[in-house]
Amino acid sequence: MSIEVKIPTLGESITSGIIASWNVKDGDYVEKNQLLYELETDKITSEGLAEVAGVITLSTAEGDEVEIGQTIATIDESAGAPKTASSSASSSASKKEEEVDEEAEAEEDKAANLKPRSEAQSPAVRRIATEENIDPATVIGTGKAGRVTKGDMLKHQSSSPSPEPSASSTARTLRSSESEARAEPKTQTRKRLTPLRAKIAERLVAAQQEAAMLTTFNEADMSAIKALRARHQEAFVKKHGVKLGFMSLFVKAVVQALKQVPALNAQIDGDEIVQNHFYDIGIAVSTPKGLMVPVVHDCNQLSLAGIEQAIIDYAAKAREGKIKIEDLQGGVFTITNGGIFGSMLSTPILNAPQSGILGMHTIQDRPVAVNGQVEIRPMMYLAVSYDHRIVDGKEAVTFLVNVKQALEDPARLLLEV
Amino acid sequence: MSKNSLSTFDVAIIGGGPGGYVAAIRCAQLGLNTALVEKRKALGGTCLNVGCIPSKALLHTSEQYAFAKGHAADAGIEIGGEVSLNLDTVMKKKEKVVAQLTGGVDMLVKKRGITRFNGHGKLLGDGKIVIGDSEEISATHIILATGSAPVELPFMPFDGETIVSSDQAIAFDTVPESLVVIGGGAIGLELGSVWARYGSKVTVLEFLPHIAAGFDDDVSKFLERCFKKQGLDIHTNTKVTGAKEIDNKLHVTAERKGKEIAVPADKVLVSVGRKPYTESLGLENVGLSPDQRGFIEVDDHFKTSVPGIYAIGDIVRGPMLAHKAEEEGVALAELIAGKAGHVNYDVIPNVIYTEPEASSVGLTEAQANEKDVAINVGKFPLAANGRAIASDATEGLVKIVACAKTDKILGAQIVAKGASELISEVVTHMEYGGSAEDLGRTIHAHPTLSESVKEAGLAVSKTAIHSL
Repeated sequence: MSIEVKIPTLGESITSGIIASWNVKDGDYVEKNQLLYELETDKITSEGLAEVAGVITLSTAEGDEVEIGQTIATIDESAGAPKTASSSASSSASKKEEEVDEEAEAEEDKAANLKPRSEAQSPAVRRIATEENIDPATVIGTGKAGRVTKGDMLKHQSSSPSPEPSASSTARTLRSSESEARAEPKTQTRKRLTPLRAKIAERLVAAQQEAAMLTTFNEADMSAIKALRARHQEAFVKKHGVKLGFMSLFVKAVVQALKQVPALNAQIDGDEIVQNHFYDIGIAVSTPKGLMVPVVHDCNQLSLAGIEQAIIDYAAKAREGKIKIEDLQGGVFTITNGGIFGSMLSTPILNAPQSGILGMHTIQDRPVAVNGQVEIRPMMYLAVSYDHRIVDGKEAVTFLVNVKQALEDPARLLLEV
Repeated sequence: MSKNSLSTFDVAIIGGGPGGYVAAIRCAQLGLNTALVEKRKALGGTCLNVGCIPSKALLHTSEQYAFAKGHAADAGIEIGGEVSLNLDTVMKKKEKVVAQLTGGVDMLVKKRGITRFNGHGKLLGDGKIVIGDSEEISATHIILATGSAPVELPFMPFDGETIVSSDQAIAFDTVPESLVVIGGGAIGLELGSVWARYGSKVTVLEFLPHIAAGFDDDVSKFLERCFKKQGLDIHTNTKVTGAKEIDNKLHVTAERKGKEIAVPADKVLVSVGRKPYTESLGLENVGLSPDQRGFIEVDDHFKTSVPGIYAIGDIVRGPMLAHKAEEEGVALAELIAGKAGHVNYDVIPNVIYTEPEASSVGLTEAQANEKDVAINVGKFPLAANGRAIASDATEGLVKIVACAKTDKILGAQIVAKGASELISEVVTHMEYGGSAEDLGRTIHAHPTLSESVKEAGLAVSKTAIHSL
C-alpha cells in the first residue's frame, strides 16, 4: 500500500512553493515522522514529516515548484526496513545503531556521487554557466526530471544575453591581455530570488509606493533601563527563567504610547480607517533566509517575562526555519532593532498595512547636557516611520516622545503615565 | 462451453498489432494475467503482416534492383548481360521477413506466459469477450487495440484486383505496366516508389497542393522534385473523379485546374488514408459508440466512457503510427499496474521510407507560425556533407525549428538517405528539452550524414561551419 506525500495547506494566501531540499533520497526507507523535505514559500519555510514508515519514491526534485495538495512523493508502506539494519549480527544495540548510521552515511555518499538529476547538463547549459557565471544548480529546471534547459538558463539571466563578441571587442580583449599583470576579471554571480526574498522586495516597494511615509527621530537616555536591568536581572532570571532584555521594555513602551496616540494603531483599508483595539506587536527578526516579522500577541496583557519568552521562542523557530504563517499574521505595529548590527540611525520602512514602525539603534556613550552639566550617558537614537496619510506629524512626534519618556523613566510604565 | 470453465484474466487485449501485443508483453512483465485476442493467425497486425514491414522489404529489394539496373556501372560494377527481375523471389524474400518477425513476436508472447486466443474478439459486456462464436473469456480490464483499415473511395470501391489498397499493392504477382496512386502520403509514395523502380509507369494524384502532407512546403516541394527525377509523375491539386474504360483500357479520371485528365491504369492504388477498425467489435453491447470518423474517445489514461474498457492505437486520437500505438500500449499497461505511464505526444517522429527518406518530428515552421511562436530556423543541405558526397546521398536537407527566445528545439524535418534513423537524435534532444545549440555542440562522428543534423542545429544561430 502506497501513501502519497502531499504538500499540506499552509495558509490561505499560499498556493505554491519550492522544494528547498529533500532530506531523504529516492528509494530510502523512512521512519514515521522522519523529516522528509523543506518547503519554501513566499512567506515561510516549513518542513514535511513522514506520515508512515516505508520506502519513499520521490516524484519531485529540489528546486521544483509545487502546488498545495500536489503529490511530491509516495511511501510504500509494504516495503520493509532495509535488511542491513535487521540482519546486523552485532550484540550491542548501541553498536548496531552506530553501524547502521555508518552504512547510511556510506550510502549517502554513494548517492551524492551518482546524483543523476542535477549533474546532467547539456552543452549549451554548460556554456552559459561558464560564460555568464550562473550555477545551474541554482536554476529551476523545466526539462525531463527537472533538468535545466538552455531556456531555463536564459530565463535566469535577468538582463538580455550578452551579444556575441564583435571583431573589435575581441581585438580589445587581445590587447588588454597583452598588457600583463592585469587584475583578475571582475566577476558577478547570479542567483534566482527565493520566493521569500521576492515577497520581501515586493512588500517593501509596495509600502514605499502606497504610504506617505515619513520618519521622525528622537533619542533616549538608556541609563535608567540599564540600571533597572542591572539591579533586577538576577532576581528576574531566577523568577521567570528568561533574561530581562531591552526588547520587552520597548514593547511595553510602545504599547503605552499606542494607547496615548491611537492613530498609530490604525490603518487604511480602501477609503476607510480601521482602528485596532488590540496590541499585537511585530518584532523584526533577521533569519538566514531574510527578514521575518513574527507577531507577539496581546502585548498589553503580557508580562515583561512573557514578552521575552515569546521573542526567544520566535527567534529559535526562525533560525530553524519553522515559523508558521499564523506567526506572521495580525500585527498592528512593528519594532525593528538595527542596533544589534551596530546601526546608529536609520529610517525603517513600514510593514504594510501597518501605520507605524519603531527603529531601535545601537546604544552609544555620548556627552549630553544633564541639568547644565555635560555628562556621558548611554544614548540611543529612536526613529518612527509612519504613514502620514492617517498619522499627523504631531501624533507621531507625541508617540515617540512618549516612548522616549517611558524608556528614560520606566516607572511610567508601571504608573501608566 | 459451460459457464464454470470461463477463463478469467486481469487484462484481455483485442488486437495483436503493435499496440496490442506490446501492451500484452508489458502487462505480463508487470505480473498481470493477460489474454491476447487476434483474428489473424500471425500476430503483428497491419504493421508486420501487410504494412510497415513488408513494404520496407520491398523498398529495400527494389532499391537494390534499381541500383543494379541504373547505377551499378557508375559504381564500377560491370554486369554482363541484361539485369532482370524475378518478382517471385522478391515476394518470397518479403514473406520470409514477415514470417520471421511475426514468429518472433509469437515466441515473445508465448514465453511471457500470455494466453493467445485466435479468432475475432467481440465485447459482450460485464467484462466478457467472445472469441469467434464459441469461446468466452472475462477480464477485469479490456484493452481495445483493433487498429485501422484502408479508406475506400465511394465512387471507386476496392475490388482486390485492379482497384486495390496497400494490402494488395505489396503483393502484385506481376509488375503493372501502369500504376495510378491516389493519395501522395507515406503509403502512396512508398509503394509508388517500389513499383516505379520495378518498371511501372507510376502516376501520383494528390488532392492537396503538396505531397507528403504534414511537412513544410519547402520540404515537400523538395521531395516532389526528387520523386519526379526518379520518374514518378506527380499531379498535385488534382481531384480524382472516377475510373472509366477508354479504348478498352481502364483510365483514372481527375480534375486538375478545371481540366479533366485521364491516366491509364493497369492497377490503381487507393492510399487516401486509413480509418479506425471497430467492425463487429460489439461496442454496442457495452454502450460505446465511436465518433463520426470512427474513433473511440479516450481520456489521457486511455479510459473509454465505459469503466474497465480502454482503447489505444489507430482507433483513438493521434497519428496512426505503429510506434505511437506501442508507446500507448506500454503506458496503459503501466497505468493499469498502478504505475506512471505517459506518452509524450509532442515528440512522435513520422517517416516516409522513400529514397531519399523523409522524417519529421514536432512542429513544422508553418505550424509554429500559426501558433504565433517566434522561431529561428536552421537548414543544412546534404550536398554540403562529406559522407553524403562520398556515398552518392547528396539529395536532402535538414531543417531545425527552434524557439527564438529559448532556443528549444520545437521540431525538425529531414530529407536524406536514412532520414528515419537521423531523426532519432533530434527526438532524443527534444525529449530532454534540448536546444538547437545543444544539437550543435554535441559531437558527431566524422564523416557521417548525422553531421548535417548538427550543422542544421548550428544554422539556427547562423553558425553552421560547412555552409554559408
